[in-house]
Amino acid sequence: MKAFTVSKAVTALMLAGLVLLPLYSQASGNIFILTLFTRVVILALAAASLNLIMGYGGMMSFGHAAYLGIGGYAVGILAQEGVGSGFIQFPVAIAASALYALVIGALSLRTRGVYFIMITLAFAQMAYYVASGLARYGGDDGLTVYKRSDFSGLINLGNRVQFYYLCLACLFGVIFLIWRIVNSRFGLVVQGLRSNEQRMQAIGFPAKRYQLVCFVISGMMCGLAGALLANNTDFISPAAMYWTRSGDLMVMVILGGMGALFGPVMGAVVYLLLEEFLSQITEYWALIMGPLLLLIVLFGRGGIMGLLGRFNRG
Amino acid sequence: MLLVVEQFLNGLQFGLLLFLLAAGLTLVFGIMDLVNLAHGSLYMMGAYFAATFAAWTGSFLLGAFLALGATLLLGIVLEVVALKHLYGRDHLDHVLATFGLILFFNEAVRLIWGPAGLALPLPAWLTVPVPILPGIHYPAYRLAIIVVALLVALLLYLGVMRTRVGMLIRAGASNREMIGALGINIKLLYTLVFGLGAALAGLAGLMQAPILTVQIGMGENILILAFVIIVIGGIGSIRGAFLAAIFVGMIDTLGRAFLPNLLRQVLSSTAASTAAPALSSMLIYLLMAIVLVVRPEGLFPANRR
Repeated sequence: MKAFTVSKAVTALMLAGLVLLPLYSQASGNIFILTLFTRVVILALAAASLNLIMGYGGMMSFGHAAYLGIGGYAVGILAQEGVGSGFIQFPVAIAASALYALVIGALSLRTRGVYFIMITLAFAQMAYYVASGLARYGGDDGLTVYKRSDFSGLINLGNRVQFYYLCLACLFGVIFLIWRIVNSRFGLVVQGLRSNEQRMQAIGFPAKRYQLVCFVISGMMCGLAGALLANNTDFISPAAMYWTRSGDLMVMVILGGMGALFGPVMGAVVYLLLEEFLSQITEYWALIMGPLLLLIVLFGRGGIMGLLGRFNRG
Repeated sequence: MLLVVEQFLNGLQFGLLLFLLAAGLTLVFGIMDLVNLAHGSLYMMGAYFAATFAAWTGSFLLGAFLALGATLLLGIVLEVVALKHLYGRDHLDHVLATFGLILFFNEAVRLIWGPAGLALPLPAWLTVPVPILPGIHYPAYRLAIIVVALLVALLLYLGVMRTRVGMLIRAGASNREMIGALGINIKLLYTLVFGLGAALAGLAGLMQAPILTVQIGMGENILILAFVIIVIGGIGSIRGAFLAAIFVGMIDTLGRAFLPNLLRQVLSSTAASTAAPALSSMLIYLLMAIVLVVRPEGLFPANRR
């Protein structure tokens, strides 16, 4: 165990807070905060998956919300067609996301830099239009999920607390997985590719293949978040994959600190709470949020984790 | 026949409009190396300014001219206040900062003009159908868009390739330190280029305004189309943007118009009517995917730096 640092202490405090939140919610009778934090945890999961390719892999995907939609639609469509079992819905959601990531990744990874940002954005927008065109499944208006995924008595998704802990378990599981991936040989190659692709290729690594696998893993994780999101809102619509949602996810990652394991969780908590807080002060919360983002980009390098890290040196 | 000619012209008109938007985006990217997501917001502001000024002055043309000036000014202010601090930073920083600007502009518009859309009515002399071929009429306004956009494209070409300022712009794009060392005020030049890009976006917005309603978020979907065009045409290339814009405008318009009927020949009519809307909105992205496979750097890449 390394020495005590401010960022570790804050992270531990935040995680403890997330674990104990339902107790507080039960004790105070504040149901709203549990609903809010279920959303926070799900989007933190999506942001963590984006951090894997963005922070560690250097692949700036601006289309990550597409997986939220794909995962969500997998649950919604299966539920509507009479397949209510979560043991089928969740694997399908993850598999569909993997398939989409495989195709989009194979195409997008032919390019780099700004092109990659624009192309992932454009493909996500395509997914958005396709979902809007699905007349059978609600089209623009979206699809109501009348029955949450059924895990045959193992866990009841209709119970707020159980559902919250399921989401939190998924988040911790994914972060554990990312931690293992990042420190594996595979993860080191992917991080090496971020730093210097040419050199890695010269050593003999097939760069694109490694990046594509990483891209697909990230997509699958985000597809899981999408399946949870559809269960959380009992509803899925094309808006879940609108490009501003991809932007939100990017902001969470940057705000928390790119390439920091718990950065996206921190980013999601701060961003969504800030959004909630500002929207209670004024209806025009984005008027403050927009310039705030600009200021964060201009002056706040390294995000919150970077800022906390500075306490130790200074 | 009538329908084909009409849709063909619609495609051309939409393509030219997309070109105005993509040209500004690609100019700013090619010269300042800045990714500006808020370009779509400038397009929206152009439309809102035009609707407001036209209502104040009672004249469509006067309103359009004032709106053009206002977006130019807004672009310059935006560059000086916020965006010039982003030059030389990571592209990801550009994306985030300008994403913040989009949030700001959308909300500001909601605050000032309210959540409901505006309409920009056309004057009577622009609503008459004009005979273009024997027996075929086309709305005067759409024809006017085609003429104006072609004129602007020509002026842009002459301005960049044949004038002294254009020469400086091109020189600035290839080596900013060198041109600064030669005593040219490169910062002023950048501000001017950004203003020009903003004015082009504003022009596209105000010309599109009478056809669609003026509403919040109108710039976002079209911005993504402009991205697709830049990717297809090659970043930083105005010529590429022009050809790709017309191509995309045509494919999108013609696809939406004729794909449902084409599908009906192959599939059953219910299957066709289900698949057609989704498929026709996918067409340009499929096109982009094909271009990426064949020519990853775009069809007409600008000269390497």
